[in-house]
Amino acid sequence: MKTNDIILQTATKVVLFLIVLFSIHIFFAGHYTPGGGFVGGLLTSGAIVLLLLAFDMKTVSKILPVNYIHMIAVGLLFAIGTGTGALLFNVPFLTHAFGHIDLPVLGDTSLHTATLFDLGVFLVVVGVTMTIIQTIGEDE
Amino acid sequence: MSLLHLAIISPFLLAILVPIAYKLFRQIHTGWFVLPLPILLFSYFISYLSITSNQQSVTKSFSWIPALGIDFTAKVDGLGLLFALLITGIGSLVVLYSIYYLDKNKEKLNTFYVYLLLFMGAMLGVVLSDNLIVLYTFWEFTSFSSFLLIGYWYHREKSRYGAQKSMIITVFGGLSMLGGIILLYLMTGTFSISEIIAGSDEIFSHSLFVPALLCFLLGAFTKSAQFPFHIWLPDAMEAPTPVSAYLHSATMVKAGIYLVARMSPVFAEHSLWFWLIAGFGITTLFWGSFSAVKQTDLKAILAFSTVSQLGMIMSLLGIGAAALHFETVDDSYFTVATTAAVFHLINHATFKGSLFMVAGIVDHETGTRDIRKLGGLMNFMPITFTLAIIGTFSMAGLPPFNGFLSKEMFFTGMVRVLEMDIFNLDTWGFLFPVIAWVASVFTFIYSMILVFKTFTGKYQPEQLEKKPHEAPIGMLISPIILASLVIIIGFFPNIISNTLISPAQAAIMPVEGYVYDTHIYFWHGFTPELFMTLGVITLGILLFVTLPKWRRVYDFFPEKLALNRFYDSMLEVSQRASFNLTRLYMNGFIRTYLVYIFSFFIVALAATLVLKDAFKFDTSDVATIHYAEVLLALVIAAASISILFVKSRMTSIILLGAVGYTVSLFFVIFRAPDLALTQLVIETISVSLFLLAFYHLPKLRHEERMGFKMTNALISVGVGAIVTMIALSAHSNKMFPSIAQYYVENTYKEAAGKNMVNVILVDFRGFDTMFEITVLGIAALGIFAMIKLRLEGGKKNENK
Repeated sequence: MKTNDIILQTATKVVLFLIVLFSIHIFFAGHYTPGGGFVGGLLTSGAIVLLLLAFDMKTVSKILPVNYIHMIAVGLLFAIGTGTGALLFNVPFLTHAFGHIDLPVLGDTSLHTATLFDLGVFLVVVGVTMTIIQTIGEDE
Repeated sequence: MSLLHLAIISPFLLAILVPIAYKLFRQIHTGWFVLPLPILLFSYFISYLSITSNQQSVTKSFSWIPALGIDFTAKVDGLGLLFALLITGIGSLVVLYSIYYLDKNKEKLNTFYVYLLLFMGAMLGVVLSDNLIVLYTFWEFTSFSSFLLIGYWYHREKSRYGAQKSMIITVFGGLSMLGGIILLYLMTGTFSISEIIAGSDEIFSHSLFVPALLCFLLGAFTKSAQFPFHIWLPDAMEAPTPVSAYLHSATMVKAGIYLVARMSPVFAEHSLWFWLIAGFGITTLFWGSFSAVKQTDLKAILAFSTVSQLGMIMSLLGIGAAALHFETVDDSYFTVATTAAVFHLINHATFKGSLFMVAGIVDHETGTRDIRKLGGLMNFMPITFTLAIIGTFSMAGLPPFNGFLSKEMFFTGMVRVLEMDIFNLDTWGFLFPVIAWVASVFTFIYSMILVFKTFTGKYQPEQLEKKPHEAPIGMLISPIILASLVIIIGFFPNIISNTLISPAQAAIMPVEGYVYDTHIYFWHGFTPELFMTLGVITLGILLFVTLPKWRRVYDFFPEKLALNRFYDSMLEVSQRASFNLTRLYMNGFIRTYLVYIFSFFIVALAATLVLKDAFKFDTSDVATIHYAEVLLALVIAAASISILFVKSRMTSIILLGAVGYTVSLFFVIFRAPDLALTQLVIETISVSLFLLAFYHLPKLRHEERMGFKMTNALISVGVGAIVTMIALSAHSNKMFPSIAQYYVENTYKEAAGKNMVNVILVDFRGFDTMFEITVLGIAALGIFAMIKLRLEGGKKNENK
C-alpha cells in the first residue's frame, strides 16, 4: 500500500517519538502506576502501526530492520531466564528480588528483577503484534 | 544435585552438543564425539560395584516437586547397577559399531546420535530412579526416543509403520502403568519405591491392590514385547542395526523385565502375580521361538528370538516370585529361578547383542538379510562366522557357552515348579517344564537356521547385491568383545555371580538379614535338566535336518499373523471413524464452528445453572447506577445493534471499535486505569489490523437464508442471556472472602510495588504470565506459518 499523505506522514514523524517515549515511561512506571510490559509493548506496536499506516510496509522495514520473530524468542528468554535465575540462588522458580541503589543523578532508585521479566513481556508483545500485522499486511 | 544425577542427565547434556559438533567437524564421524561418554559412564558405574557387591545401596536425592512428593531420588542397588552397566557397556560397543556401520556422508548422523543419547539417558533414568513419577517420565522418554530411532529412515514407509506401532503399543502400556502408579500412591501415600516396598505388607489386602498389579503388568508386558503385545518388536527391526542391537535386545525391551523385577517385592505376595507373569512369559517363550523358525529375514529371526527369550526371563521371574511365599528363603532351591532370570538377562545381552551385530555385518557386506539368498559365506567372512557360531550356540544353550549355564538353570527352575505345593500347581504345573522344553527345541532349530543357512550351504553370488568380504576391523571389535564375554562367562560364571547376580537378586527378593550367595556350577551331575538338554539337542538336530518336510506346519498359520491383522484393522477402523467424524463437523466455515462452540457454551452452562440451582439475583450490596453509566450502556447497545444493519464492512468495523472504546470508558469510570489503558491500545491496534486485512476479508453475503439468520439471532441472544445470568449469579453467590484483600496488604510488602495489577502480573502470578506470553508467541508463529504456507499453496493454484 503506497500512500502519499503529507499531513499524516509529517504528524507521524513527530507523534511517533512521543508515543515511544510514553510507552517507555509507562513500561518503567508499571510497578507503581498504571502501565507495565503489556501496555508498554502494545503502545510501542501502536507507534509502529501508525508508521505503517503513514508509510508503506517496505519503508518501515527499512527504517526498523527488526526480525520480530527473533524478538519473541528474546522476550521469552528474558522471561524464562529471570525465572531460572532464581534457581541459582536456591529459591523457587520465578522468585523476584529487589533492592535500592543510590544512583548519581537519579538519586535513590529501586531495582527489581520483576522489571527484567516485564521486559520479556514487553518484547514478546511487540514481537507478536508486529509479526501478526506484518505477515497479514505483506500478504497481498 | 550429586554426581550420580549428573551421570544420569549427562547423555541429555551431550545430546545438545552433538549437532554443534556435527556442524563444526564434518570430516570426523560424529560417533567419535559420543563414544567417550558411555565409556566414562561405564567406568563410573563400575566404581559402585564395591558397594553393591555387599548388597548395599546408595541413595541420592534431589528435590524436584517436594510439595507433591516427587523428588528425583537416584538409587543404585544391585538391580539398578546391573542395568546401568548393561546400558552403558553395550551402549559403548553399539556406538563404536555404529561408527563403522553408518556412513558419515550419507546418513544424518546428528539426529541419530541425539536420539541415541536421549534414549541412553532415559534408560539410565528408568533403572536408577527410586521415585515412580520420575521413573514414569523416563519410561515414556524411552518410548518416544525409540519411536524416533525406529523411524530414523523415515522416508521408508515400513520404518514409519514400525515406529508408529511401537509407539502406540508401548505408550498404551506406559499410560496404564501411570494408572498403576497413581493407585499405588492412593494406597501408600508415597511415590518412593523403597518406601512402598517397606510398607508393602499393608497394601496386600487393599481393594486397589489387584487393579494396580494389573496396570503395572500391562506396562511391563507391552514394553517387553510379551504375547500378545509382541507384534511391535519385529516391525521395530526397520531401525538401523545398531539400534536393534541396543534397544531391541539389550536395553529397552528389558525395561519391562526391570519393572517386574523392581516391583516384585511389592506385588509378589499375590498369587496372581505368579500366574500372570509365569503364564504370559511361558506363552511368549513358546510363541516367539515357534514363530522365529518360519522367518526368512535374519533380523526377523532375531526379533522373534528376542521376544521368546524375554518371555523366558519373564517366566523365570514369575516362578521366582513364588519362592517369596515360603517361610524361609533357601537360595539353592526355590530362588534358583530368579538367579536364572538375572543370569540369563546378562547372557542374553551378550549373545544377542553380538548376533545383531553379526546380522548387521552380513547385511552391510552382502546387501541382503534374506536367508534364502544367503549361503556359503563361511569362506568370505571367517571371523563373522566364528562370532555367529559362538552367539547362536550360546543362544541354543550348548556348552561351553554362557547360554548353556542359564538354560540349565532355566530348566531347573521349571522342574522345581512341580515341587511347589501352592496355587494348585499339581493340576497345571506340569505344563511349565513341558512348554519350556518344547520351546527350547524350537530355539535350537532357529539358532541352527541362523548360522548354517547363512554361512554354509550353496553360495549364490547372483542373488547378492555386493561381493561379500570380511567386515572392517572396527565393525568387528564390538561383536568380538561380546563374544569373548560369552565364552568367559561360560567358563568362569562365578566372576559375575557375587558381583552382579546376587546383588540384583537381593533387590528383587529382599529378605531382612539374608545375604545371597550364588555359585554357578558347570557340571552338576546327571540331573533331569541335563537329560532335557540332551533331548533338546537330539530332537533339535533331527528337526533341523528334516525342516523342509515339516515346514508346511506353518501354512496352517496365515502369512500375516492374526494379531497383526487385528492391529491393522483396529488402526484402520479408528482412522476411518475419526475421519468421518471430523468431516461431519469440519466444513471450513469459521461461522459454523462458532455456532458449535456457542451452542455448547449455552447448553452446558444453562444446564449447570438449572441443575445446580445456581442462579441467584441479590441486589442487597449493589451500588446505585450513575447516569453516565446508563449513557455508556446505551451507546454500546446502539453501536452493537447498528452493526447488524449496516451494509458496509468499513462501517461495521468502526462501530465495533466504538463498542470497544466505550468499554474502556467504563473501566475509567470504575477506576481501573490499567485495564482502560490496555483496552484502548488493543482497540486501536485491532481496528488497524482489521483495516490492514480489509482487502482479504471474504465478501459479506447478504442473501443469507432466513433460517440461518434466525439461528444466529437465537444463539447470540442465548449467549448474551447466559453471560448476564452468570455475571449476576457470580456477584450474588460469594462463597469465600475476596482474595483482593491479600493483594492489597502484600503488594508493597512482598513485591515492593504499588501497582497491584502489574505486581500480580509479573510477580504473584508470574508463572501464569510466562505461559501466557508463550502462548502469544506460539499464536504469532502459527499465523506466520499459516499465511506463508498458504501463499505457496495459492501460487500453485494460480498456475492451474
